[in-house]
Amino acid sequence: MGKVLELEKVYKSYKLGFIPKKKLVLKGISFSINEGEIFGYLGPNGAGKTTTIKCILNLIFPDSGKITIFGEDSLKPRAREKVGFLPENPYFYDYLTGREFLAFYADLLGLHGKAKEDKIGYFLKLVGMERAADLQLRKYSRGMLQRIGLAQALLNDPALVILDEPMGGLDPIGRKEFRDIIVNLKKEGKTVFLSSHILQDIEMICDRVAIILAGEIINQGYLGDLISEKVLYTEIIVAGLPPSEFSRLGESVTSSGDRVLLRVYEQEKVDQVISLVLQKKGKIVSLIPRTETLEDIFVSMVRNQ
Amino acid sequence: MKITTIALNTFKEAKRDRVLYLLFFFVAVCLIFSRFLALLTVGDRVKIIKDVGLASISLFGMLMAILMGTGLVYKEIDKKTIFTLLAKPIHRVEFLLGKYLGLVLTIFIMTVLMTAVFLLILFLHTFTIDWKILLAILYIFFELCLMTAVALLFSTFSSPILATLFSLAFYLIGHLSWSLEMLIKKVKAGAGRVVLQALYIVLPDLENFNFKTEVVHNLPIPTSLLGISFLYGVVYTAFLLLLAMLVFRRRDFI
Repeated sequence: MGKVLELEKVYKSYKLGFIPKKKLVLKGISFSINEGEIFGYLGPNGAGKTTTIKCILNLIFPDSGKITIFGEDSLKPRAREKVGFLPENPYFYDYLTGREFLAFYADLLGLHGKAKEDKIGYFLKLVGMERAADLQLRKYSRGMLQRIGLAQALLNDPALVILDEPMGGLDPIGRKEFRDIIVNLKKEGKTVFLSSHILQDIEMICDRVAIILAGEIINQGYLGDLISEKVLYTEIIVAGLPPSEFSRLGESVTSSGDRVLLRVYEQEKVDQVISLVLQKKGKIVSLIPRTETLEDIFVSMVRNQ
Repeated sequence: MKITTIALNTFKEAKRDRVLYLLFFFVAVCLIFSRFLALLTVGDRVKIIKDVGLASISLFGMLMAILMGTGLVYKEIDKKTIFTLLAKPIHRVEFLLGKYLGLVLTIFIMTVLMTAVFLLILFLHTFTIDWKILLAILYIFFELCLMTAVALLFSTFSSPILATLFSLAFYLIGHLSWSLEMLIKKVKAGAGRVVLQALYIVLPDLENFNFKTEVVHNLPIPTSLLGISFLYGVVYTAFLLLLAMLVFRRRDFI
C-alpha cells in the first residue's frame, strides 16, 4: 500500500495583532495516509484541523516540516492535480449558477466539449443538485452549497479527496447521503481525508483516525485499536417492578412510570437481574451492552491534557 | 488557458454586478456638462465637448480601475472563494494575471462603449469624425492599465479602503510629478538635484499618457513621444505586476 499523503513534523505559527505576536498553531504534526482508506482527522474547534489542511493545499506555508502528496512536494502545483478539496463552510462565486460554477472549474481543469457537459451532469445528479442547477449560488442554502462544493471537489476525478467538516450544515438525510457518497468514493479506490469534530460521522465510516489537540497529534491509529470492544456496562430497562428490588444488583439511573433504567457493571449480575425479573413476572423492555465509543476516548483525552 | 478562464470569469462577475450600467452615468455626465459649459464659456463649443468627453472617459475608467481593482484579490480572500481555486493545480501567478487581465478586459469594453457614445455625440455636432481623438483615448486606456496594476498591487496586501487611498495618492502624485521635473531644471547641479532626480524616476509620471490638450487643440504630437510613453507604460505596468506577484506568491490565506 502506497502512501498518499505524508506530513513530517509540520510547524506553523501565525503573527497576529498590530504589534505582531507569534502564536504557534501546529506543533510538529506528523501522520501519513495509506492508499484507499478513509482517514478521520478529529479535534475540537480551534485545534488546528483547518490549518493543517491549508498547509497541505499550499494555501498557507508551514514554518518548517515536509508535506508530500503522492510522493510529490506539496509546494508544486502538480502535486494537487489528483486532489479534490471541499472547504469548511464553503463560499463560492455567488453570481454564478450551479451549472456555470461547475463549468468554470471544468474549464480550469482543461475539460471541454461533451466530456465537460457529461461530467457536470453526472456530478449534479450525484449530489442531488439537478433541480437547482440553473439557480444563482447566492440563492443556495448552506447545505446546498455544501453539495455543489462536493461536486466541485470531485470534478477532476481525484485520487485523494480532502473534506473539511463536510457534514456541517446538512440535515439528517443530507448527512446520510454524504456518508454514502464518501463510502462509495472508497469503493472506487479513492483515498479520503475527512476532518470533523462530529465523532459519530468519523466512527461510522473511518478506517483510521488521528486526534489533534492544541496543535499536537495526541493519538492515531486504526479505529479498532483505539476503541476496545470490552463491554463497559449494560443498560437494562425493566417494567413492572419497583427500583428497590434491584438495589443490590446495579444502580438505578432513572425511573418513570413503572419503568426503571438500570446500569449493571458485572456480567453475572446481568443474569441475576434477568432471572429476578422473570421470577417476579416483570418485563424486560430493553438490554443494551455499552462498549467504549470514540467519544469516551476523545473526552478522556481532552480532559487529560 | 487557465489565465483566460479566470479572466473571463472576472469579466462575468463585473457584468453580473451590473458595472456596465456606469455607461448611462457617463452619457448623462457628457451630455449635461458639455451643454452647460458651452453656455458658460465663450469660444468653440466642439472643443468643450471634446474636453469634457475625454476627461469623463478618463475619470470613469480611473474609478473603475481603482474601485474594482482594489477589491479584486481582497474579495476573493475575504469571501474564501480563493481556497477552492488555489487548491486546484493552479499557480498563484496564473490566478493573479487572470484577475488582472479580466479587469483590463472589463475596462477595455467599457472604454470602447464610452468612446462610441462620445463619437456619436461629437458626430451629431460636427457631422465629421475626428479620428485623432482615438489616439488620446488609446493613451488614456494605457494609463488605466497601469492604474489597474497599481490597485491590484495594493489589494494583495491591504484592505480595500487602504488600497483605495494608496491608489488615489498614486494617481495624484502621478499627475503632479511633472512639477518635480520643472523643479529639477531650476535647482543647481549638486546633491539636491540628484535626490530630486532619483525621486522623479521612482515616482510615476502619468502625464506621459495625457495627449488630451494636443488632440483637442490640434497640436502636433511627435511620434517619438508616443513611442516613449507607450514603452514607459509597458515597463511600469510590468514592474507593478511583478511586485504584486512577489507579494502574493508567499502570502498566507488564513
